[in-house]
Amino acid sequence: MNYSIALKSILNKEIQRFMRIWVQTLVPPAITISLYFVIFGSLIGSRIGEMGGFDYMSFIVPGLIMMSVITNSYSNVASSFFSAKWQRNVEEMLVAPVPNWVIVAGYVGGGMARGILVGLIVTLVSLLFVDIQIHNIWVIIATVSLTSATFALGGLINAIFAGSFDDISIIPTFVLTPLTYLGGVFYSISLLPDFWQGVSQVNPIVYMVNAFRYGFLGISDVSITTAFVVIGFFIIILFTIAMTLISKGIGLRS
Amino acid sequence: MTYALEISNLAKTYKGGFQALKGINLTVKQGDFFALLGPNGAGKSTSIGVITSLVNKTQGQVKVHGYDIDTDLEKAKSFIGLVPQEFNFNQFEPLMNILINQAGYYGVSRKVAIERAEKYLKQLELWDKRDVAARTLSGGMKRRLMIARALMHEPKMLILDEPTAGVDIEVRRSMWEFLRELNKEGITIILTTHYLEEAEMLCRNIAIIDGGEIVENTSMKSLLAQLDIETFVLDLVRQDKEISLNNIEHRMIDDHTLEVDLSKKQSLNQVFEQLTKQGVDVLSMRNKSNRLEALFVNLISKKEPNKKSTIVEG
Repeated sequence: MNYSIALKSILNKEIQRFMRIWVQTLVPPAITISLYFVIFGSLIGSRIGEMGGFDYMSFIVPGLIMMSVITNSYSNVASSFFSAKWQRNVEEMLVAPVPNWVIVAGYVGGGMARGILVGLIVTLVSLLFVDIQIHNIWVIIATVSLTSATFALGGLINAIFAGSFDDISIIPTFVLTPLTYLGGVFYSISLLPDFWQGVSQVNPIVYMVNAFRYGFLGISDVSITTAFVVIGFFIIILFTIAMTLISKGIGLRS
Repeated sequence: MTYALEISNLAKTYKGGFQALKGINLTVKQGDFFALLGPNGAGKSTSIGVITSLVNKTQGQVKVHGYDIDTDLEKAKSFIGLVPQEFNFNQFEPLMNILINQAGYYGVSRKVAIERAEKYLKQLELWDKRDVAARTLSGGMKRRLMIARALMHEPKMLILDEPTAGVDIEVRRSMWEFLRELNKEGITIILTTHYLEEAEMLCRNIAIIDGGEIVENTSMKSLLAQLDIETFVLDLVRQDKEISLNNIEHRMIDDHTLEVDLSKKQSLNQVFEQLTKQGVDVLSMRNKSNRLEALFVNLISKKEPNKKSTIVEG
């Protein structure tokens, strides 16, 4: 069978879904990020001065873009897959000869599409506030793609385990948001005391934000190679978990 | 001969210990119109769930067109079209998207899928609704949408779990006609229903499942032949005098309703002859209950003598 058609169908369905409800999926991140730029960038940022050799506004732009990519990739898959479970239309795929890896790839691709599209919108919004420079476009593309894939996989695993709509907001609220805010979006971790710098090393978002910032500004608190190794490691682990759960039919088959 | 469906020793025990299937055996020939009947909780939906891989079996073997679901699951799935009991499509998606995406999961190209979607939506009288969200459809339309969706990859075997539940009689009859046409084209149809009239009218072979076991598996003809006595209800012109029918069990229900029990050896002519002699005019006549229903209740109550219910559900 031609799996590429099945993959394209899942991707189409996922993209059509978030485009159909664009007011809920694409507009809010643009508004939120505009507020961040106004408050942290213009009002407070002007009093902070430079960070890492750049004015504060320029410093936080990559982190804010990455924050939008992370939350949107995650929430797209979490809500779409859970909704498919809840409405039982996930059965449309389960009864069809679609291999599990195609289901995982289709949903992750949908999450990446929304994450990257929102990232582009936020980047355009940021141009209203600051001139963006690009140090290495390939690092930017690789980081944003791999990071959105990582969190799309995370959202999928969350949705597989979720038994109610509350369950798909617990992880973003209690895990994702703290990790993102403590992930060096608003500050350089070199400003932290040694102990907290050590703690930050186990936060994967630190590596993603810093690699992304390196792509724009050419500065990073961590080695870029280490950052890609860490992101790659998380993708492999999360993909393996997602495949195992779907193969066993956890939350999907009785 | 390769069967459309072969089930051997199939068992399913759910978490918590409920044994939904207790080692059932069943075969369905290619091109058959097959009824799977049973009371609520008998194991029909579990059986369908296992065949379509929505339920993990505990033991046994299932083959679809000769392909074992344990070793050739994808191939086996490609032969099946499923119309489930519950609505299971994205309520917010337009009909065309639902159908085209479903075809895509089976590797059908977008171009072909659009042609098929048009064909089935027109046949099932949903073409006008092609661009509206599925949630705006009526119950009957939603059922027809699920039939169209199940046909998008042109399966060789169509499984319908209560396809006409909650559908008005006119739509139900047009759906029967549509299913008959599909069967004529060579598609094997397996149907569960709680309208026994539907099973009797459509299906050639039948299995009755109860308590996770097959209690009867035969042709519709031989099953109906088991019926020894059939009861007819006759509506009469109002009667003041008593009616007497020699050698025929009968009773007056009220002054214009007569019930007669006829064995296989007795004909209705005998009843009419005697009524005519007595000057009794018959206005209309009907079966007291559906013939299959009488047998069904009999088979189920044999297994569970204390069970009095005549309600047959999926």
